[in-house]
Amino acid sequence: MDAIIKLDHLEKTYQSAETPVRAVRSVSLEIERGDFVAIMGTSGSGKSTMMNILGCLDRPTGGTYLLDGVDVSHLSRNEFADVRNRKIGFVFQNFNLLARTSALDNVQLPMLYNHSGSKLSARQQQDKAMQMLEMVGIGKRSDHTPSQLSGGQQQRVAIARSLINDPVLLLADEPTGNLDTRTSFDILGIFQRLNDQGITVIMVTHENDVANFAKRIIVMRDGKVRSDVKVPQRSFADIELKKLEAEKDDDDS
Amino acid sequence: MKFRVIILTAMSALFRNKMRTLLTALGLIIGVAAVIVSVGMGNGAKAQVMAQIASMGDNVILVFAGSVNRGGMTSGSGGAGTLTVDDAMALERDVPSLELVSPGATGGSRVAAGNQNWSTKIYGASPEYFDIRRWTFTQGGPFTDRDVKTSAKVCVIGNTVATQLFGEPELSLGQTIRIKKVPFTVIGLLGVKGADARGQDQDDTVVMPYTSAMKRVMGTKTLSIINVSAVKGANIPSVVQQMTDVLSQRHHIGGDRDADFKVLSQEEIAQMATATSKIMGLLLTIVASVSLIIGGIGIMNIMLVSVTERTREIGIRMAIGARGSDILLQFFIEAITLSCLGGLTGIAFGLGSAQLVSKFAGMPVLITSGPILLAFGVSVAVGVTFGFYPAIKASSLDPIEALRYE
Repeated sequence: MDAIIKLDHLEKTYQSAETPVRAVRSVSLEIERGDFVAIMGTSGSGKSTMMNILGCLDRPTGGTYLLDGVDVSHLSRNEFADVRNRKIGFVFQNFNLLARTSALDNVQLPMLYNHSGSKLSARQQQDKAMQMLEMVGIGKRSDHTPSQLSGGQQQRVAIARSLINDPVLLLADEPTGNLDTRTSFDILGIFQRLNDQGITVIMVTHENDVANFAKRIIVMRDGKVRSDVKVPQRSFADIELKKLEAEKDDDDS
Repeated sequence: MKFRVIILTAMSALFRNKMRTLLTALGLIIGVAAVIVSVGMGNGAKAQVMAQIASMGDNVILVFAGSVNRGGMTSGSGGAGTLTVDDAMALERDVPSLELVSPGATGGSRVAAGNQNWSTKIYGASPEYFDIRRWTFTQGGPFTDRDVKTSAKVCVIGNTVATQLFGEPELSLGQTIRIKKVPFTVIGLLGVKGADARGQDQDDTVVMPYTSAMKRVMGTKTLSIINVSAVKGANIPSVVQQMTDVLSQRHHIGGDRDADFKVLSQEEIAQMATATSKIMGLLLTIVASVSLIIGGIGIMNIMLVSVTERTREIGIRMAIGARGSDILLQFFIEAITLSCLGGLTGIAFGLGSAQLVSKFAGMPVLITSGPILLAFGVSVAVGVTFGFYPAIKASSLDPIEALRYE
């Protein structure tokens, strides 16, 4: 299997006032294409820094990072932006949609910044964005602005946006952190479905319940990988949702 | 990123905060409007003066009797009493490029006809005067050289005087008017000329042979003015110099003796008449420029606020792949769009104000495309200048920091 991500002795040290802070300490790992990885850890474990580096938002201070076979450790600011645009889809805890902008326009946004590759016409872009919205199940609300949508719906729009440029990697930072259980399962179900279609998903979370939806869990502590295991008993969204329905019926009766 | 999308993004950002956009652009709107109105007023005043001066005739040069300082007393202009008919003759004889020369004696008097009377300007001149100053006749015609020789009791009158004395100007021909109890026969009615460069009604005048004016009305032996026209294509400054030389010699001017006359060409008169409006125009332009700069600072201020406010938006855009240059362009275009909108509104506002000024203040306003383009260009330049720093600031944000911004 070929690795979509290959980290070799990755280091990230922040130069603070006096003592340098080593947020990531010599991390080496590989993530294979089509994998679904949960990165866990308490705050200060280095998982956010890790996420920023994996998402090409931040540069490592040491080691190498191969993304999709390309060394991205020393790219320029613009090259970084292009990698984020074409290879990575971001999903954030607080959705990070543009306010007062329709769902459809939000989804189309990454295509505006596509500096290379095939250019679609305005019409084609709109059609593609519409397809994405339909895929995550909110095609009917394409003209709604984020303030007119629930948290779960906003997260669906964010997922549609992350997929619009056909990325090789989906990075989700606490994607269910602001959602109730039911909606969380819905969103995790979407991730599992996308993963089944072959998209690599990396998800940062601090909840075991959420992490169990992934195939593999990497736990970080003090900037190092403490454990890296396959999920023994994986949760599946459709099953969990059914359980939830049953519990609800029990509560009601 | 497509240009159309950038413009649309800028527009929607601006229309989201309509009030703020309006207030921000207000400085620029007022500045641009002020430029258009002030330049328009300046040009209008200038054009009016130029038209009036052109109505004087071609290549006109005037010699005024100047003031003279005698024993510490300075007489008023024209009070020197030194300009004579012989001076006029000498000019005609000694300055080759002169075409027509008309000695002039001016004064004011009450004129009466029947039971009507009117206070007006009495202008004594030779028949050449009508050619030099391009007077036309509605009725009748000029007096003759013979009238001048005989100090004839004839005159031609302007439209204003004719109206005042006879009600209907056309009734004046052949009538007798009394000036200082001397009866004069009206032999001509002058064509209408309107106000001169100083705003005086040129039609409010009675013109008669200068000999008659000097002898019968004013009781003077000296001239107050000599009207001259140079031949076509003459070098006016050199003609003025020659005239000055001739007169200086005759009046023994030189050394510590100041000239007791003044030779002014049409152009010099025009310059004098437009000098004030030029200064006014300059002052207005300075005020307008200052308000444009203040408008620009307003734009920079609000763009900086906007960048801070939208830090998170910038972070989102960067996270999904916007380059620094995309963000730079977005805010830059927004500032320029703002300043263009301000400029266009200012132009509309300025044109409207110019109409109001000319309609209600009765001031001539001449709008040309030059100042409009200039004002628009300046407002775009203001947007470019003052929008650049905020745009740079936005584009150099760190995406991680920007995403974390609350």
